[in-house]
Amino acid sequence: MAKKIGKQLSLPKSEAFKMSLRNIRIRFGRALVVSSSVFLGVAFLMSILTSSTITSALLKNGPDAIRLSLSVDASDYMARNIWLVSLSLLVCVVGITNSMLMAVSERSREIGTMKCLGALNRFIMEIFLIESALQGLVGSLAGGLVGALAIIISFFFRYGGQIAPYVPYFSILKVFIFSVVLGTVIAIVGAIYPTYLSARLEPAEAIRREV
Amino acid sequence: MPEKKDIVVRTVGVTKNFMLGRIELQVLKGIDLEINQGEYISIMGPSGSGKTTLFNMIGGLDKPSNGRVYIDEVDVAQLDAFELAWLRCRKIGYIFQTFNLIPVMTALENVTLPMIFAGTSHDESVDKGRQLLELVGLGERILHKPFELSGGQQQRVAIARAFANSPAIILADEPTGNLDLKTGKEIIGLLKEMNRKQGVSVITATHDLKMLDISDRVIWIRDGQVERIENRADLNIQVGAVEGE
Ligand SMILES: Nc1ncnc2c1ncn2[C@@H]1O[C@H](COP(=O)(O)OP(=O)(O)OP(=O)(O)O)[C@@H](O)[C@H]1O
Ligand SMILES: [Mg+2]
Repeated sequence: MAKKIGKQLSLPKSEAFKMSLRNIRIRFGRALVVSSSVFLGVAFLMSILTSSTITSALLKNGPDAIRLSLSVDASDYMARNIWLVSLSLLVCVVGITNSMLMAVSERSREIGTMKCLGALNRFIMEIFLIESALQGLVGSLAGGLVGALAIIISFFFRYGGQIAPYVPYFSILKVFIFSVVLGTVIAIVGAIYPTYLSARLEPAEAIRREV
Repeated sequence: MPEKKDIVVRTVGVTKNFMLGRIELQVLKGIDLEINQGEYISIMGPSGSGKTTLFNMIGGLDKPSNGRVYIDEVDVAQLDAFELAWLRCRKIGYIFQTFNLIPVMTALENVTLPMIFAGTSHDESVDKGRQLLELVGLGERILHKPFELSGGQQQRVAIARAFANSPAIILADEPTGNLDLKTGKEIIGLLKEMNRKQGVSVITATHDLKMLDISDRVIWIRDGQVERIENRADLNIQVGAVEGE
């Protein structure tokens, strides 16, 4: 018995990656929804992190005049901002989940067909999660840049060129990387549940399911 | 085990129920079938008689409520997820009424996809994909997307895809249902040719009486049950009568 049925099936990462990229290219509008949702979340996160990074750098090393004007409300802001950022990222996850739910149900027939051709549930999940991760990556790169730039520029507007030597660019780069990673992870997390739901359907059911 | 080598598909008392709200609808009411290697089988029956449902059971695309399905004498219900996917990948080729090509992929990519899953190398699968597409008469259009192809051409791609991993069984659910008469005939001819040349068992569901001509056996389904099974020999008379009307 065992000799007749094998187990070995594969989806090379490069192939999964290619499929995901192509799906993004062709369904660009849908991809934008996820990307822009991550964009907003990460832009907000990044603006707050950048702001607090610059503030604390100025508090430590900055000119006295600026230090005085900053120290008043810095810590108070922080607590509230963390709360707001968490909320916005949560909203972001919900938005992505929603968008991916629609994406997978639109492509239910495709998923069923792939399973007929021998795709394991894992392959389906891989394709969709890579897709979502890429969208999240693009969104968070853009969001991170915009968020950081907006804050840096606004600081310069407020305090003038004198703060230039005190802006902690390296620390900002670190929080930028952190935000991008977080944004990408959020895009993956938001996609896990919808993808799992559709990947585990029996192929017959997935193919039958109309949107 | 009283193994008859040449039975590729055996169903024993297969039933399938669907829940429609609170009502349980019995769509298959105990199907017993034996299909031999290399046979060309047509499953006939009115709309709603359960042909597609039966196909899904035979193809391991859905689970029966009761009864057993054996493919090559292996009980499908005993397979784990990997083995089941392997079976779908290597043992069975599926052809659908609605073609079901992956819309974002070219004809060639559609055909190579099952080979990728099977672990075939890229070059090898591209070679074989080209050959198959040539075989179904689409050698020129391998880089076209499904929406750039006619229905008949799409179905040819689907046939090439179904044969990608040299399956033992082809399951075709109304492969000509969305095609005009002439194209339908060509598709059927193609299936029959593959059946004869490669010894693949072909099982098709159809309303299409043209299919009867070339079938080794015709299984008539009515209301979720096998009404009767006819051999080629008995058929000729029938087909004559049908065509005479
Ligand atoms: N997933 C499902 N849920 C509920 N009912 C279903 C489901 N699948 C099939 N049915 C019902 O089962 C019956 C048989 O359906 P099936 O698709 O097998 O018929 P068929 O013989 O293939 O018909 P056709 O020739 O029109 O394709 C129908 O009454 C259908 O409504
Ligand atoms: Mg049907």
